[in-house]
Order: sequence, then structure tokens, then C-alpha cells
Amino acid sequence: MEKNKSRRSFLKNISLASASALALSGCTLKELEKFFQKNFRTLSEEEKKELIAELEAEYKEKYQKDFHVSDKAAIDGTLFGYALDVSRCIGCRRCVYACVEENNQSREPQIHWIQVLQMDKERGIDFAHSDVHYDPETVPEEGHFYLPVQCQQCRTPQCTTVCPVKATWQEPDGIVVVDYNWCIGCRYCMAACPYGARHFNWAKPEIPEEEINTETHYLGNRPRMKGVVEKCTFCIQRVRAGKYPSCVEICPVGARKFGNLLDPDSEIRYILDNKRVLVLKEELNTQPKFYYFFGV
Amino acid sequence: MNFIYFIKGSIRLIFKGSKTYYAWLLFLLILIVWGGLGYANQLRDGLITTHMRDSVSWAFYIGNFTFLVGVAAAAIMLVIPAYIYNWKPIKEIVIFGELLAVCAVIMCIAFIVVDIGNPLRFWHMLPVLGTMNFPYSMLSWDFFFLLAYLIINFVVVSHLLYSIFYKKEYRKKMVLTIVFISIPMAVGIHTVTAFLYNALPARPFWNSALLAPRFLASAFCSGPAILLILFQILRKMTHFEIKDEAIWRIAELMVYAMFIYLFFTIAELFKEFYSGTQHLLYWKYLLFGIGENKEIVPYSWLSISLGCLAFILFLIPKTRKNFVTLNIGAVAIYASVYVEKGIALIIPGFTPDVLGQIYVYTPSMTEIRTAAMIFSLGSLLFTFVVKIAIAIIFENYSIDSISFQKRGMNIQPET
Repeated sequence: MEKNKSRRSFLKNISLASASALALSGCTLKELEKFFQKNFRTLSEEEKKELIAELEAEYKEKYQKDFHVSDKAAIDGTLFGYALDVSRCIGCRRCVYACVEENNQSREPQIHWIQVLQMDKERGIDFAHSDVHYDPETVPEEGHFYLPVQCQQCRTPQCTTVCPVKATWQEPDGIVVVDYNWCIGCRYCMAACPYGARHFNWAKPEIPEEEINTETHYLGNRPRMKGVVEKCTFCIQRVRAGKYPSCVEICPVGARKFGNLLDPDSEIRYILDNKRVLVLKEELNTQPKFYYFFGV
Repeated sequence: MNFIYFIKGSIRLIFKGSKTYYAWLLFLLILIVWGGLGYANQLRDGLITTHMRDSVSWAFYIGNFTFLVGVAAAAIMLVIPAYIYNWKPIKEIVIFGELLAVCAVIMCIAFIVVDIGNPLRFWHMLPVLGTMNFPYSMLSWDFFFLLAYLIINFVVVSHLLYSIFYKKEYRKKMVLTIVFISIPMAVGIHTVTAFLYNALPARPFWNSALLAPRFLASAFCSGPAILLILFQILRKMTHFEIKDEAIWRIAELMVYAMFIYLFFTIAELFKEFYSGTQHLLYWKYLLFGIGENKEIVPYSWLSISLGCLAFILFLIPKTRKNFVTLNIGAVAIYASVYVEKGIALIIPGFTPDVLGQIYVYTPSMTEIRTAAMIFSLGSLLFTFVVKIAIAIIFENYSIDSISFQKRGMNIQPET
């Protein structure tokens, strides 16, 4: 009798405890649904539509604006490539901030998908002696050149291999993307990336309402949440709609070139054929689709 | 049904003890609350409350994880010499080793959980339910191995204790088979953990084939240190019999491990410093600092000097066989490996970062508090299971004593 009583009270306590744990975590039905949401790549078209409608509603509530979240797939026959003219870059960092605005990066704390490194002309490309925090009145500075680094869109990316949950992968058009709703935030990909191209939302990302870009892609610039990894996607929301990435458009000296590597008439092919290009850290065999060249 | 009595009997045990025992529990509870409140801040505000940033994206938490994998591995590897040298209380050594391994693995998993940005999404890593990236991701291997190791050891140790509790013969064949599986598994979990870092060409500091051997050697220094001290305590307080020779033998094996570790490290240092490539930067940062940035230099030299002290104390037979110096050495090597795995292994892997920038990392208060929470939770668990094991193995606490106590209670109210 006594035994039964204690067992019953034990069960009661357990259920009370779990109920309160659920209540504490603020588990409404919707959040429970979100909790059980699947990896983007395993969703059916129907489920994708549903999910996107939910996201658009959620963003509207948060930012008071109508959002468009695209899930446009890769276009057949495209493999995107990028080329950056090191001899033209003046280190103005306009690409950095154009990228921040286009891709809804957090302003507080700051996240920059593009890092511009100031290098000594005498040393050539030498990361150990480079400076990312240069801050003179005017650029370029005497004796220095500039090397912007962002995701190199490797053909054999290490970051996707190490992900324990398949939350990041290479799309058919060569863009490496992250499913923010699936990423557990272990940051293994950040340890694996040789280019520092991956960035983590250490806190809840803050973006002023008036600065938010509402034209988004599910795998690209839609607003992110705390505790997930994000990265450059070549502006997937733009390039799959036939536009240039915003860093290419903003560059005041035309140092940035972009195009379809599979199209023989593209500008990127022209550069590969007529200029001599190099890739960063080629010894790691990451085989980037992001090339550097010396145009003048 | 029987198992419920076993659990009940065990639970009853953990609430009984001397004043010192209660003081120890209170101390741990205070630490758990203090640490837990720190962790609550991290849950609310995100990992921004740590000092990790994009440059140094893994740090103290993952270092603690690595250290504890070593402890878990070494606890079982100690069964090998116990078996080879035929130390008398081999069953007891297996039991306490496995209890330590179980607690250490639970702490490992806790350190992973606090380190990830979305702990609620942890289930994404499970096979079938989630999308485990097996066999490509070393992290999924590590998780898989740790889980298997936890289950194996838990099954064996609870079966052994359960059998003794019911005064039944344990299934010798099954236990022996599983113990023999768990020994290579112990080597396996630490190797896989080393491979987690090892195969990242982006991080030259870890990209050395010596990393896994160094991990195993250092684990064989720190893991037995805990058991060495535990065995002495048990010997004093219970009928646990372990000869001085066995303890000295453990210490002797630790000296070999320390020597191997030292040799591997010197080989690594020679290669790095003599070739003097750009990859030297990370070792420079660890040992001397780069420019003004010398924040982790004290940690590395603390670890080196404690390690050398322990090596000398364990090497000289006179100090090895003196229990005061032996215990000083045990504590020193434990602390040395803790600092080495916690700070000196991880931070230089990220400093300077892949683009050559230096972000100076030292653990934040939140990280220290969260680690304190996990360590005290782990210690609490270990205290409980050791207490249960002691009572069952040495104090004849069995199914009979439960009914006996009940009768006793009617006559004499508990004080």
C-alpha cells in the first residue's frame, strides 16, 4: 500500500516536472511543430510551400514588412564562378557593407561575410602579416595592397563534409548553402574552413526594421536566428534570378567579376582564358571557384 | 520488478552518510546552482556570453570534452594491466573504472550540449530520427562511439552490482566479453576524438599524425591519477584490498605514459621548430605569445611545469613509493593534462586564425561557471554511484538488508 503510494507520487512528480519543463521552454503547439521540422532537402514540394508561407508570416510579424522567401532551385547548366582583380582593389570595403545590407547580416553584433585583408606589398600574399582592422583616413595606403576574402565556394568543400547533421551542402550550381533551420550550431564547419568564411550568430541577430531586405531566399539571406552558422552564398537570391551578386555591383573599381563557368561566352570564362589566375591555399586541395587575378 | 528494488535500495543508500558526506554534497550543490545560473545566462543570451568568437570558434568547452574523453578511456584501459599482472581485486578495479568511465562520458556529452548553439536540435544528430552525417563527419562518429561506450559500460557495471546485490552469480562470459570489447572501444573513443581535430587541413596545429598517439599517452597519465587516489581512499575506508605494489605499478605505468607523451611532444616540437615554416606560429603563440599577445603563455607553462614535476616524482622510485609525493604527483599530472587539453590544445589551433588574425581568447566567467556546473554534476553522480558500489561490494548491502532495515525502522526511528 505504502509502496504503491510512493510510486504513484513518483509518477505524478515526473509528469509534473516534464509538464513544467515544457511550459518553461515556452512550447506552444507551433513551436513544437517547428521543433520537429525536417531537413530542407528531405521536404516535399508541398511541405516546402507550407514552410515558406509560415516563414513569411513570421517575418512579417517581426519586421512589419511583406517578405518574399524564394526556394528557387539551381538552374540547369550553371556553375557559378567568381574572379577578383587584386591589382584593382583599393580596400574601400564597400563590398563588405553592400553584402551586409543585401544579405541581412546582423548589425549588433556585427557579422561580415567579406573580410578585406590589408597586405604588405613587399611580402605578397602573407596572411600572418595581414591586417583586417586597418583604419586610415583614405585608402589605398602606400606600400599596401588589399585582398578581400569571402566563401571560396570550393569544389571539394571541407565544411560540408564535417557537418554532423547534413545541414550544409553544395548545390548543383556550385553554391555551398546552410539550412538555418537544421543547423545545430556545433561550429565544426568553422573549424574546417581554411578561409574564415563561416560566421556564427553568437547572439540574437539585430537588424533595424528599415534596413531589412525583404527579397530573400530560403538558403540565403532570409533572417537568421541565434546559434546558427551563416556564410556567403554568392547572393543566391540574386544570381538565380539572373542578377549579379551585390558585391560585384557595388565595387567602384570593377575589381569583381562573376559568371557561369559552363558558359563559354561568360566574362568569368574570358578571365580564366586570358588572365593568369590563382586560388588561395591551393595546397589544401579545396579547389575554389573563387579566383584571384592581376588585371593590370 | 527486481530491478526496481535494486534502484530503490540504491537511492536509499545515497541519502545516508556522515556529516562529511553531507558537507561534500552541499558543496557540490552550491557549485551546481552557481554554475547553473551562469549557464542560464548563456541559454538566454546565446554563446555571446562566452569569449568564443568567429576567430576562436571552439574553446574551453570542447577542451573539457576532450579531456574527459581521455579520462573515460583511461579508466577502462587500466583493466589491461590489472588483468596481465593479475592484481587481486580485478573485479573491483573493473567496477570502479567503469563507474568513472560512465560518469566521464556523461560529462562529455554535457560539454557538447552546452557548446552547441541550438541544444534543442541535438536530435538532428541521431540516426533515423535526424540526418546523421555518417560516416563522413568525425563528430557523428565520435557521438556514436561515445554513446555505444556509455551503454556498454553502464550495462556491465550495473549487471555486476545488481548480481552482487542479489547475491547471484554474475554472467561471467557475458561480462568478460563486453569488458574485452570495451577495452579497444576505450582506445577507439579517444582516437576518434583526436581525429575530430586531426583531419582538418585548415588547422596546421592539429594536422599532425602524432595527435592521436599523444592523446592516448596523455589520457593514460590523467585517467589513472583519479583512480590512484580513489583506490587509496577506498582502502582506508572500506574492506577494499589493493596491495601497495599494485598502486606503485599503476604509477610506474603512468611514468611510461608520461615518457611516451614527452617523447612525442619533443618530436613534434623538433619538427616544427627546426623546419620553421609558417606553421610554427601556433606553437609560438602557445609557448611564448606573439607580440603583445601573451595571455595563454602562463597556462602552457603551468601545464608543462606540473607535468615535469609529476614525471620526476613518479620516475624516482623513492618518491613514487612514498604516498605523500605519489599523491602530489597524481594531482599535478591530472592538473597538467587538464590545462593542456582544456586550453593548450584548442586555443593555438585557432590563434592566429585561418586568415592570420589574432583574437585573444581566455575563458569567460560564464564558461567557467558552466564548466563548474558540469564538473560538479559529474562529481555528484560519481559520488552517488561509488557510494552505492562501496555498500554493495564491501558492506554486504543486499536485498536482505532492505527488509532488515524496514524492521529496524519500526523499533528505532531514524535519526
